[in-house]
Amino acid sequence: MSAEKFQNPVVRWIDHRLPVFSMLDHEKYDYPVPKNLNYMWNFGVLAGLSLAIMIITGIVLAMSYTAHVDYAFDAVERIMRDVNHGWMIRYIHMNAASFFFIVVYIHIFRGLYYGSYKAPRELLWILGVVIFLLMMATAFMGYVLPWGQMSFWGATVITNLFSAIPVVGDSIVTLLWGGFSVDNPTLNRFFSLHYLMPFVIAGVVVLHIIALHRFGSNNPIGIDASGPQDTISFHPYYTMKDMVGIAVFLLLLAVAVFFFPNAMGHPDNYIPANPLQTPAHIVPEWYFLPFYAILRAVPDKLGGVLLMFGAIAVLFILPWLDRSPVRSARFRPLFRIFFWLLLIDAVVLGYLGGKPAEGIYVVLSRIATAWYFLHFLVILPLLSVFETTKPLPKSISEPVLKYPSSRKGPMGAGLEPAE
Amino acid sequence: MIKRIFAALVATLLAGPALAAGGDVALTKRDWSFNGPFGTFDKAAMQRGFQVYREVCAGCHSMQYIAFRNFADLGYNEAEIKAIAAEYDVEDGPNDEGEMFTRPGIPADRMPSPYPNDNAARAGNGGALPPDLSLIAKARANGPDYLYSLLIGYKEAPASMNVPDGMYYNDAYPGNLIAMPQPLYGDDVTYADGADTSIEGSAADLTQFLMWAAEPKMEARKRIGVAVVFFLSIFVVLSVMAKRRVWADLH
Repeated sequence: MSAEKFQNPVVRWIDHRLPVFSMLDHEKYDYPVPKNLNYMWNFGVLAGLSLAIMIITGIVLAMSYTAHVDYAFDAVERIMRDVNHGWMIRYIHMNAASFFFIVVYIHIFRGLYYGSYKAPRELLWILGVVIFLLMMATAFMGYVLPWGQMSFWGATVITNLFSAIPVVGDSIVTLLWGGFSVDNPTLNRFFSLHYLMPFVIAGVVVLHIIALHRFGSNNPIGIDASGPQDTISFHPYYTMKDMVGIAVFLLLLAVAVFFFPNAMGHPDNYIPANPLQTPAHIVPEWYFLPFYAILRAVPDKLGGVLLMFGAIAVLFILPWLDRSPVRSARFRPLFRIFFWLLLIDAVVLGYLGGKPAEGIYVVLSRIATAWYFLHFLVILPLLSVFETTKPLPKSISEPVLKYPSSRKGPMGAGLEPAE
Repeated sequence: MIKRIFAALVATLLAGPALAAGGDVALTKRDWSFNGPFGTFDKAAMQRGFQVYREVCAGCHSMQYIAFRNFADLGYNEAEIKAIAAEYDVEDGPNDEGEMFTRPGIPADRMPSPYPNDNAARAGNGGALPPDLSLIAKARANGPDYLYSLLIGYKEAPASMNVPDGMYYNDAYPGNLIAMPQPLYGDDVTYADGADTSIEGSAADLTQFLMWAAEPKMEARKRIGVAVVFFLSIFVVLSVMAKRRVWADLH
């Protein structure tokens, strides 16, 4: 690699000693990307953007926050009322957290639909599941920090789950709490960890990207690029396509922040935490509701906890549960049906997680939970054996060229018949 | 497919908290001036609402996050705010002798609490704690409509319902039994501007004031929001055009 490709002498001087510009150049121009990625491939970049927004707003919020049970709620109100534009920073942080999960859920379901977890991208997928787990831990601890009623009672319910673990459960809970109930030590350690975790996530994101760049992006057809005719450079094509996604994402985020800032929150969290008064319904943030429904579907506490963590554990072994050599659901008619059923199942679980655990809701939660595990543990392995897949195209270019939507000839405007 | 996934996710996230928080009571909805993306507070109504709070609610309910200086949002000028603050006694100290003392309020003071602590508040209200009202409009589902419905919701209990001593029947309160006696009956206050002092009128004014107290930056938020959304809409259009132009040479 020659340093002469840079015009600017300062850049050339630096790059010769510290080849950061060559690396950036490599990512921008030399990194081949399949030419047929659709807008579902925007969500990785959007997740990275969400993480950046969360870290920046979070650092600013921490400047005015006090991690103490007597002052935390007041500190947040001070941010909302007296800190210059504090309300904006906090509402961005609150809503971007929800948007982060929306984006990541779409990113995960995109991976499920197009088989992005299959060889050789198993580790890429597993690192993604690790990021998802870290995100959930971070979000949970962040929700505790305002020290409202839902903060306190959510923390109490979730940390108590660990007491279900045999033998060491109670010790783990005491360790999490830093005492014998959710109290000041709990808030302090949650604040500390909430500040640490995003940087751990950022580290795993780097690994995620390194793993991604080893084999490049999967694509809607799910076959490997067979040569340069199948790929285009990341810049300017996908930078521009990502910019469209970023613009729409920011627009939707702005609508939420400025016009519906509390729509995704719970009103009870504007009541200061009160250990003596339990709210009527303790519900976690919306993005945990599917897992909350699975937890409550099981009458046994340990069983519920195991199934809840199992719901994520199956994602780790997904590359070995679905052995079908065909990646994309486009060529797997049965898989496609079951994919949509799984998505509906996840939405139903989310709905049930927000309902009180009684009557018909418990029954439905059990059916939906059973279906979730049935999908991963039984249906996917069976489909890999018995499903008849459609024939795959020979290359990425073949179906692209066959699309009738383009009025121009396959070789570009130059070969059009003269009119 | 993008649309389908997105619609499903949006449905979950909107349905979850809303359903979890929803009560079983029907609320009276009003067309508040602060509703909608261009909504603003009605300053005259807020001033009247503050008067209702001061003359009716403040005997039991604190508003600990509101300072007198915040009343500039209600349309009061500096002299008026100083005068309002001076009408309150504020405990300060300790002074050089180590004694706490009482002085007239200044704009930088928070509104004093009617009770020295929660236990005193409970003792004065038959065991029930009157909640602080600074955030009440955000701390209840459908806050403004709920507060308004609650204030006008005191009714004769149905014959089938047994109302214990110290409890009152209210249409809008979850469970219908509330420890707060009916605060407004109509004509509880005399407005200087001659506005409607019926129970509906004063309840609406009070709600307006409480909504401001809970979300004092709402007007700035919506004003900035309109500009941001306008700017980003143009950004969306431009980025779509730029993308199409860049991709045109591929086809």
